[in-house]
Formats: sequence, C-alpha cells, structure tokens
Amino acid sequence: MTAPAMGSPTAPLPAEVDVAIVGAGIMGLALAYHLARTTKLSIAVLERSYLVSGASGRNGGGVRMQWGDAGNVRLMMESIEECRGLAQDLGINLWFRQGGYLFLARTEAGERRLVRNAELHAEVGAPTRLLTAAEAQAIVPQLDVAEVRLASYNPDDGVVFPWPFVWGYAAQAVRHGVHLRTHTAVVKLVPRGAGYTLELSTGERIAAARVVNATGAWSGLLNRSLGIDLPNHPHRHEILSSEPLKPFLDPLVVDLSSGLYFSQSTRGELVTGITLPDAKDGSDTSLTLHSSLRFLGHLSRTLTRLMPITAAMKVLRQWVGPYDVSPDGDAIVGPSPRHPNLIQVCGFTGHGFMMAPAVGRLLARYLADGTAHPMLARWDPGRFAAGAANQREDMIIG
Amino acid sequence: MPERSFVCRCEDVTVAELERTLAGGLTTIEEIKRYTGLGTGPCQGKECIPALCKLLIARGALTPASAQPFTSRPPIEPVTFGALAAAPSEEQ
Repeated sequence: MTAPAMGSPTAPLPAEVDVAIVGAGIMGLALAYHLARTTKLSIAVLERSYLVSGASGRNGGGVRMQWGDAGNVRLMMESIEECRGLAQDLGINLWFRQGGYLFLARTEAGERRLVRNAELHAEVGAPTRLLTAAEAQAIVPQLDVAEVRLASYNPDDGVVFPWPFVWGYAAQAVRHGVHLRTHTAVVKLVPRGAGYTLELSTGERIAAARVVNATGAWSGLLNRSLGIDLPNHPHRHEILSSEPLKPFLDPLVVDLSSGLYFSQSTRGELVTGITLPDAKDGSDTSLTLHSSLRFLGHLSRTLTRLMPITAAMKVLRQWVGPYDVSPDGDAIVGPSPRHPNLIQVCGFTGHGFMMAPAVGRLLARYLADGTAHPMLARWDPGRFAAGAANQREDMIIG
Repeated sequence: MPERSFVCRCEDVTVAELERTLAGGLTTIEEIKRYTGLGTGPCQGKECIPALCKLLIARGALTPASAQPFTSRPPIEPVTFGALAAAPSEEQ
C-alpha cells in the first residue's frame, strides 16, 4: 500500500484558483480540507518548506478547554469534540489521548484564577473541578505538592502528537482536490483586480480571487510587503522531550507560577516546556530556531523540584518553535484592513494547534457562504486600528 | 535490503515503510523523519541516517554530494534532568 499523496515540490498548479492559501501548517491545511469537502472552489496551498516545518510541527500537542474566557472555553469544547472523530475522518492515528489537564496554583493569585475559571467553566458546561493538593497528588502520585494551594482538573482535556494531524489534513485535502505544493515560497503578492497574482520562488505565477495568509509567526513578512500593519509578532519558545517510558502520567500538568508544563505523549516521551524569564536584552522576537542550554537548566531545576522522580529521566532532544503573539491574546482572523480579499488566520499566541480543528471548520463556512462564527467578530483584524483591542485571556502558557 | 528489514531500530521503521513514504511524494530527510518517526528515538538518528541516505540515493531522491543528516538536536547524548538541574547557571 502506498502512502497517500501529501503534496510535493512537483505537484501541478493551475494558472488560476478561487482560493490560494499561503502556509501549509495545520491552520492552512484544516481550512483547505474543510473548504474542499464542502464547496466546489478550486484551492491551492503553497508551503515554502516541508510540511510540519513550522510551529505546527514544533508545539507540545496540548489540547484543553481550561481557559479564562468563555469564548475560548466554548471554542475549545468544539475543537475537542472535533478531535474525537477526527482520526476516523482523516484515516490516520492522531495519538489523541484525553488524560486531562491538571493546573497547579502555588500562590494566592493563582488560586483566585483557578476559582474564577472553575465558576466560568461550570456556567459554560465544561467539566472542570477544583482539587485539593492531596486530590491532585492522587492523580499524579509523583508530584511534590507541599507548595500547592489548589488545583483544577478537566478530564476531557488531552494531548495529541502534532505531526500526524498535519499529514492527515494534507492527505485528505489532496484527496478532495486541493493542489498542495511544498518547497515553494510565495515571493510576492501583487494586487490584480479584486484578487492577487502570487509570484512563486519557482518562477511560476498563479492568480487567485482570494488569498489566505496562514503563515503564523511568519505572517508579518507577507503583510508588511502590502503595507498591512498588524501587531502580531513572533516569540521564541523552547521545548524538549525525554526518553520514552511506559505510560505513568495521565494528565498534562501546568504549574501556574513558573509556566512549566509537562505531559506524557502516547509515544511515551515526557514533553515539557517552561516560560523562560526574558534574557537581559528582552524577549526574543526573532525567528531563529536554535536551542539553548539556559532553557535546559531552568526547566530541569523547576521540573525536578515539582516532580523529584524525573531527576533520573533522560532528555533526548530539545528544539524551538515560535508563538505568533497577538497583543491582546486573541487571534487575528478575517479580511485584512484595506485588503478584503486577503484573509488572515494568524495571531493564535501559542494555541493555534489546539484551536485549528474548530477554526478550519468555522473559517471554511465563512469563506463559503459568509456564515460568521461568534469568535470572528472579536478576531477581526481591523480591531487594532479602531482601538477596540483589550486583553480578556490570561491562561496563556509556555 | 529485504523489505521487512528495520532501518530505524528505535522507532521500528522498516524498508517497506520508507518505500511507501517515498511513493507518497515525500523525498527529503526532514519530512521522512516526521512522517515515519525515523531517527526520533534514543539514538537520535545516529544509526539510521546512513541507511536512509543509501536508500534515497538508490531511488534517485538524493545524490551522495547533497546527502546531509537532519538537524541535530541537543543534547548529543541523553542526559538526566538531575544532571542538568545540578549544572552551574547564572540564575543561581
């Protein structure tokens, strides 16, 4: 049996399409998949490198509904519901495992956040419950809970292995007629009538009535070339995985005070990251992807304090991926200022992967017939110019 | 190589799986790693990359002169969290 076609550097492109999606990360591919399944639009997806080369192949694979804002909780309830049937729809093992998320609060402020969130989740219908330190330890017996004041737990949250998600969406998009071209960059976007001509690194040109910017942390490059000034920017994050072990850890654990998170993937590895205190010269907004020893040390000290048994576990490899940070923590999705046929799907601030199953579906509906999901109003790329942006979400981790 | 031979012993990737991956249109070492899991186990590719390169060269997907290992990820060999936590740092 041959692996399904998942795009290639030689995939033929038509001279003209209805929708050209720039960036074959999970956002671009989930959108392409849903658009191709539900409409007759002709669709091309252009990826400058290989699939999973960007943030979609570099994130920790956490999927949670424990957010601080009702809109995000509801969206992630939709996304997790979508994840339940997705392995079957995409015909690939996604390693989706609902072991829950366990948040630990070690300060009074953290405790207040968890109490407030639990009340909100009860209103929205998410099955989050507050736990004492002893109850948290019953779920993860290896934790040192001496400093833990309160915990919150949602059994429906979970983890996935990010790579097969991307391959699965890619293969199904191609099967439904999407032209998926890898190793081909969009060098220039030239307005042409109401649409655009895309000039490609191969020397080819392709005309599109509508273009979608799904390049995440790299999206500013394309936007600025058209004079579109949006405030999202890259923020460098590090992560690592350990040697694989037998299953021993059910939930993904988050320590609110340090920003440490760790989970055990279905492959058996401990996957873990931490908010790194900014270096002396400020936060790193470059798109460089090299790893640091500083991260290894900082993470190891925090992890071995909270879970002493990990001192004997071995780190296998570390890597880097960028968050695409939006200043108010909300994504940037919809028509661009002064460019109504350039659609943004950016600014997901480190949580695009988990939101993509829901976003792919809702954005496809919007592009197909204008049906607007409630989140699209608050994700409007025009909100910054209008001065309407304000931070609602404080559960941004990592 | 027989098609059931293991190229990556850490992650159980066989010659037959690699052939299927190539037939699906994936041709570079980085994407083959991410589709099959080859090279993501304890040896981090030290055993399997030469065998993969040999296969890619035989299939015309790579030339000997252009063969490169995938991006090397620290640490060079597995290190415990305990040793890393005890290492000197500017934060202490």
